[in-house]
Amino acid sequence: MRTALVILRKDLRLELRSLETVPAMVMFSVIVFVMFHFGLNTITVKGQEAAGIFTATLLIAALLGINRLFVAEREQGGFDAFLLAPVDRTALFVAKATALYLYLTLLEVIAVPAFKLFLLGPSLGGSLPGVIAVLALANLGIVAIGTLVSAIAIQTRARDLIGPLIGLPLQIPSLIGTARALGPLFAGHPASAPPGKWVAVLALYDVVFALLAYAVFDFLLED
Amino acid sequence: MTPTRGTVTMSDEPAIRLTDLTRHFGERTALRKVSGEVPAGATLAVLGRNGAGKSTLLRILATLLRPHDGEVALLGEPLPRRAWAVRGRIGLLAHDPLLYRDLTARENLRYHAGLHRVDESRIDEVLAAVQMEKRADEPVRSYSRGMVQRTAIARAVLHRPHVLLLDEPRSNLDPGAEALVEPLIGRASGATRVLTSHDPQAALAEADLVLALKDGRAAFFGEPRALSTAALKDLYA
Repeated sequence: MRTALVILRKDLRLELRSLETVPAMVMFSVIVFVMFHFGLNTITVKGQEAAGIFTATLLIAALLGINRLFVAEREQGGFDAFLLAPVDRTALFVAKATALYLYLTLLEVIAVPAFKLFLLGPSLGGSLPGVIAVLALANLGIVAIGTLVSAIAIQTRARDLIGPLIGLPLQIPSLIGTARALGPLFAGHPASAPPGKWVAVLALYDVVFALLAYAVFDFLLED
Repeated sequence: MTPTRGTVTMSDEPAIRLTDLTRHFGERTALRKVSGEVPAGATLAVLGRNGAGKSTLLRILATLLRPHDGEVALLGEPLPRRAWAVRGRIGLLAHDPLLYRDLTARENLRYHAGLHRVDESRIDEVLAAVQMEKRADEPVRSYSRGMVQRTAIARAVLHRPHVLLLDEPRSNLDPGAEALVEPLIGRASGATRVLTSHDPQAALAEADLVLALKDGRAAFFGEPRALSTAALKDLYA
């Protein structure tokens, strides 16, 4: 845990210095909302349609962060430095996953109001706690699979292609669960709660992929 | 054979033992049946043309690459099976300085100190040793190549490694800086050293043993004085 904190602190410092990841994710999301606003030729969307647009945008924006997660390690010798240290290798997974979770949370802090501004019709007032809970759960799944895919992709020459080609199909269950859970919350019913069935699907997805990623991550660092 | 030189005491127990070490990269064989022993505290100079397998050997000893055949033991521990037991006792100075360009020297060293559980007071110690205290709080990307190399040396010795793997350790260093880093990575460090150099004469001058690699094979392994000028010339022909 201590090692993971050391790596996380370094990663956050690097991101604060370079501002390469989170601003790109935020800009992408806002641009997509604006594009949908004009492309759909409608002033507002709501319900399942709004949830689908929002979730798909979020997942693709997350890919920007996922693709960059290990770039500094690959390009600046971070992998070698880490592998030379007498530490548990899963600390790298924990640190990278936590960093990505923080990036996603920051993205959503801006993306949710931006979505409301450009596309979403109904007020979020009473539904906001539910939205936050669903997104917190969705982020866990995105982070588990994203960190794993990023560690695979970074070992290849075509890392920018591998991320989306492997990552997006694996995120489809998360897309379905998040969109279905957000649908009623974006419908404008006062103080609505997310449907339990889809929250359970999301939670199950999170647990399965977190365990899978944790189990295989070690092998990805092997020569 | 127990080489002795200078004030360093070397034991008979080999710090490094290679037995028919072989490593492939796809179809290409980078190292083929390389054998030899290096006593603790000794310096092994690895010579050979570009692509002869020098860096591959260093990366295998650093536990970053697996041998595909043969056996490697470092500090008595067989690799890669017990690699975890020697990590933290190896200092690697490779072509890549293993430093984050957007972090300062001090931040980089703090990160490595965290990974190796080294007390932070050691950071000031190594920064002073390479005379980087004044620029320690500036990002590495603003450094000259020589300053990057000095910081990389500070990084490599931060955790007081028992084995130093030095790939062209004095590249980009001016004579003053070379003298400066001598106590850290030179014979006075007391560590078992494996070094490569673009300057064979300089490497031979500080070596107790020489491994000459030609196309991944050991063309020579022994004391420097036993390596003839003709053999050395042939190595780079």
